[in-house]
Amino acid sequence: MATTAEGFQAHTEDAHHDADHKPGFFARWFMSTNHKDIGTLYLIFAIVAGILGGAISGIMRAELAEPGIQVLGYWVDLMGGEANFDANLHMWNVLITAHGLIMVFFMVMPAMIGGFGNWFVPLMIGAPDMAFPRMNNISFWLTVAGFCSLLFSAFVPGTAAGYGAGTGWTVYAPLATYGHDGPAVDFAIFSLHLAGAGSILGATNFITTIFNMRAPGMTLHKMPLFVWSVLVTAFLLLLALPVLAAAITMLLTDRNFGTTFFDPSGGGDPLLYQHLFWFFGHPEVYIMILPGFGMVSQIIATFSRKPVFGYLGMAYAMVAIGVVGFVVWAHHMYTVGLDVNTKMYFTAATMVIAVPTGVKIFSWIATMWGGSLEFKSPMVWALGFIFLFTVGGVTGVYLANGGIDDVVHDTYFVVAHFHYVLSMGAVFSLFAGFYYWFPKMSGRMHSELLAHIHFWIFFIGVNVIFFPQHFLGLNGMPRRYPDFTEAYAYWNHISSAGYAIMAASMLVFFANIAYAFIAGRRAPANYWGEGATTLEWTLSSPPPYHQFETLPVIEEHHDYHDHRPATA
Amino acid sequence: MTSATLQRRNMRVGMLSFLAAAGMVGLGYAAVPLYQLFCQVTGFGGTTQRATEAEADLAARMAQSAGARTISVRFDATTSHSMPWTFAPEKVTETVQIGERDMAFFVARNDSAEPITGTATFNVEPEQTGKYFNKIQCFCFTEQTLQPGEEVRMPVLFFVDPAIMDDPNAQGVEQITLSYTFHRKSEPASADTP
Repeated sequence: MATTAEGFQAHTEDAHHDADHKPGFFARWFMSTNHKDIGTLYLIFAIVAGILGGAISGIMRAELAEPGIQVLGYWVDLMGGEANFDANLHMWNVLITAHGLIMVFFMVMPAMIGGFGNWFVPLMIGAPDMAFPRMNNISFWLTVAGFCSLLFSAFVPGTAAGYGAGTGWTVYAPLATYGHDGPAVDFAIFSLHLAGAGSILGATNFITTIFNMRAPGMTLHKMPLFVWSVLVTAFLLLLALPVLAAAITMLLTDRNFGTTFFDPSGGGDPLLYQHLFWFFGHPEVYIMILPGFGMVSQIIATFSRKPVFGYLGMAYAMVAIGVVGFVVWAHHMYTVGLDVNTKMYFTAATMVIAVPTGVKIFSWIATMWGGSLEFKSPMVWALGFIFLFTVGGVTGVYLANGGIDDVVHDTYFVVAHFHYVLSMGAVFSLFAGFYYWFPKMSGRMHSELLAHIHFWIFFIGVNVIFFPQHFLGLNGMPRRYPDFTEAYAYWNHISSAGYAIMAASMLVFFANIAYAFIAGRRAPANYWGEGATTLEWTLSSPPPYHQFETLPVIEEHHDYHDHRPATA
Repeated sequence: MTSATLQRRNMRVGMLSFLAAAGMVGLGYAAVPLYQLFCQVTGFGGTTQRATEAEADLAARMAQSAGARTISVRFDATTSHSMPWTFAPEKVTETVQIGERDMAFFVARNDSAEPITGTATFNVEPEQTGKYFNKIQCFCFTEQTLQPGEEVRMPVLFFVDPAIMDDPNAQGVEQITLSYTFHRKSEPASADTP
C-alpha cells in the first residue's frame, strides 16, 4: 500500500477538492461534527473560561494583598448588592466557588480532553474523525450550557447575604442544602450536571474511537502515549463522573423535594456526601493531569529526538495511577473523624500512587538522558512541568499522611500543593501542548522568542504566588477566608505581587497568538523536525478538513515511537 | 473493514460505555443503603449497636468470669438548630461495670406552643468503642412527640460489651461519651429515604 508522505498532504487552499470542502461559517462552527473544529471550539472556550477564572483569582489576590477587607465591597456594589460584612464574606465564597468550578470543569478539562484530545487523538491513531461526530458536538454545547448555568447562578439569590453559590467547588452538605436557601446552588448543581453529561458523552466517544478506529497495524502497544493518557482519562471520567452526578442529584432532591440523604434529622448523613464527592473528586484530579502527562511524554521525546524511555512502563503507570486513584478518596477527609486504621490505609494507599508517578518522572528524565536536546518552547514548558509537578507531588506525599494532615488540613499549605500540581502541573502541560501543536492547528508559526518570554515570566509569577503559600499554611493560615491577621501580611503581599507578574505573562501569550495570525510564517507539515514522529506530522499544517481518506498503515517495522511511512 | 461493520462495532462499544456510566450512577445511589449498613455492622464512626436482653445476659456472665473493670460513661444531649426543646441528661457521668446493664435518663421539655415530634440521632466517642456500646432500649429507637410545655424522662438501657477489654485500639479508653441530638422530624416525611 502506498502510504507515502505525499499521500497525506493537504490539498492547497485554492484547490477546491472534496476533501477540503468546508461548510459555511454557521454550519461549520455551530453545527460542527469535525473533530478538529470541535477541538478548536473547546480550546477557544477553555481560553475564555480561563480568562474569567483567572480574573476572579485576581480579585481574590487583590483582596488578600492586605489584612482587612478592602476589595470585596466594590464587587458587591457592582453586582447590585449592598456592601456589608456578611455580603462581603458571601461574595468571597462565591468568588472561590466560581474560580474552582470554572478552572476545573470549564478550563482544564475542556482544554485537555475536549481541545487537545479531540484534535490529536484521531490524528495520532490515523482515524478520519471521532467515532460519534454528532455526539462530539453535543458534548461541546452541553459544556457551554453548563458554563452559562454557572454564570447565571451568580445573578440569583444564594443566601440571605447575597447572590450566587458560596459553597466551594466541593458543594458540601449541609452548607449547600439548608445553608443556601436561594436557587443559586440549584443552578450551580445544574451546571455540573450539564458539564458532567458532556464529559461522559465525550469519554464514551474517546473510548470507542481509540478501541475501534486505530489505523491498521496500530496495536494498543504501538499507540502514542498521549492517546494512552486520553484513554485512561476517558475511563476515569466514565467511572467517576456518574458518582458525582448521583451525589449532586441527591443534593438537589434534598434541597427541593424533601429527601434527607444528607440530613441527619431524616436519618441521612452529611458525611456520605463527602465520601461520594471525593470518590469522584480524587479521580478528577488525575483526569486533569493525565492528558498533561501524555502531552509531556510526546514533547520530551520529540525534543530529545529519542523514543520515550520505558514506553510500556509509562503507559501502565498511567493505568495504575487511574486504578489506585479510585481507592484513596478519604485522604481528603482525614479530619472528619476517621479512626486510626482507616487513616493508615488511606495514607498507605495514597503514598503508593507516588510509585507510578515516580516511574513517569524518572522515565522522562531518562528519555532526555543522552538525547539530542533542543530547548524549543514546548520543551521548556514541559521541563517546567516536570520540575513544578514534582514539587507539588512532594507536598502531596507530605499531605498524604493522616497525622500531618490533621495539622495542615484546610490551610494554605493545601492550596499551595494543589496549585503546584494544577495551576503549574496541568497549566504548564497545557501551554507545552499549545506551543507544540499551535502551528499544526492554525498553520501559522508562533514566535519562539515570545513563547520563551511567556514561559519565564509565567514561571516566576506562579512560583511567587504559590511558594509563599506553603509558609502561610504551615504557619496556620486557613483557606477560604478573605481576611487574616497581621502576621500573615508579609507573604500574602508577595503572593499577590506574584499574581501581577503572572498576569503580565498572559499578555505576552495573547500577543504571541496575535503575532502568529498577523505575521506568523506558514507552518510546514513537520516544523519540529526529526524528533516529531507521530502521524499528525505526516499531515499538512493545518491538516486537511477531512484527513486519512486512505488510512495510514502501521507496518511491522514501526515501533511505538515512529509512525511515519517509510520514505521511498 | 466496511463502514457498516465499523458503525456496528462503534455502537457496541459506545453502548457498553454508556451502560458502565449508568451503572456507576446506580452504584452512587446504592452507596446510601450500603454506607448505612456498613456503619451499623462495623460500628464505624461511633455507631452504637443494638442488643437483646439475652445478649445482655450473656455479656454480663462473660464479664463476671473475666473480672471486668469499670468504665465511665458521659452523657451529652443537644438539639438541632430548629428544635425548640430543652434536652439534657439527668446525670452527666456515671461509672458502670463493663458488661453490666445500666439505665440512664434524659429529660426533654417542649418549650414551644405546638406539639412537636422529634427523632434523636446518636453516636459515641471515642469512635472505636461504637461496636462495643450496646443499647437494649432507647428513646432514640422511636419518634417522640411532646405536647406544648410537656416534660418527659426518657430512659436508655445499655451495656458495654466486655470484648472491649481485648481490643488493643480501645486500650486506655476510660470514658465513653454517648451523645444524642434531637432533630425536629422533617415536615414532608418521605418514605423513600433511609
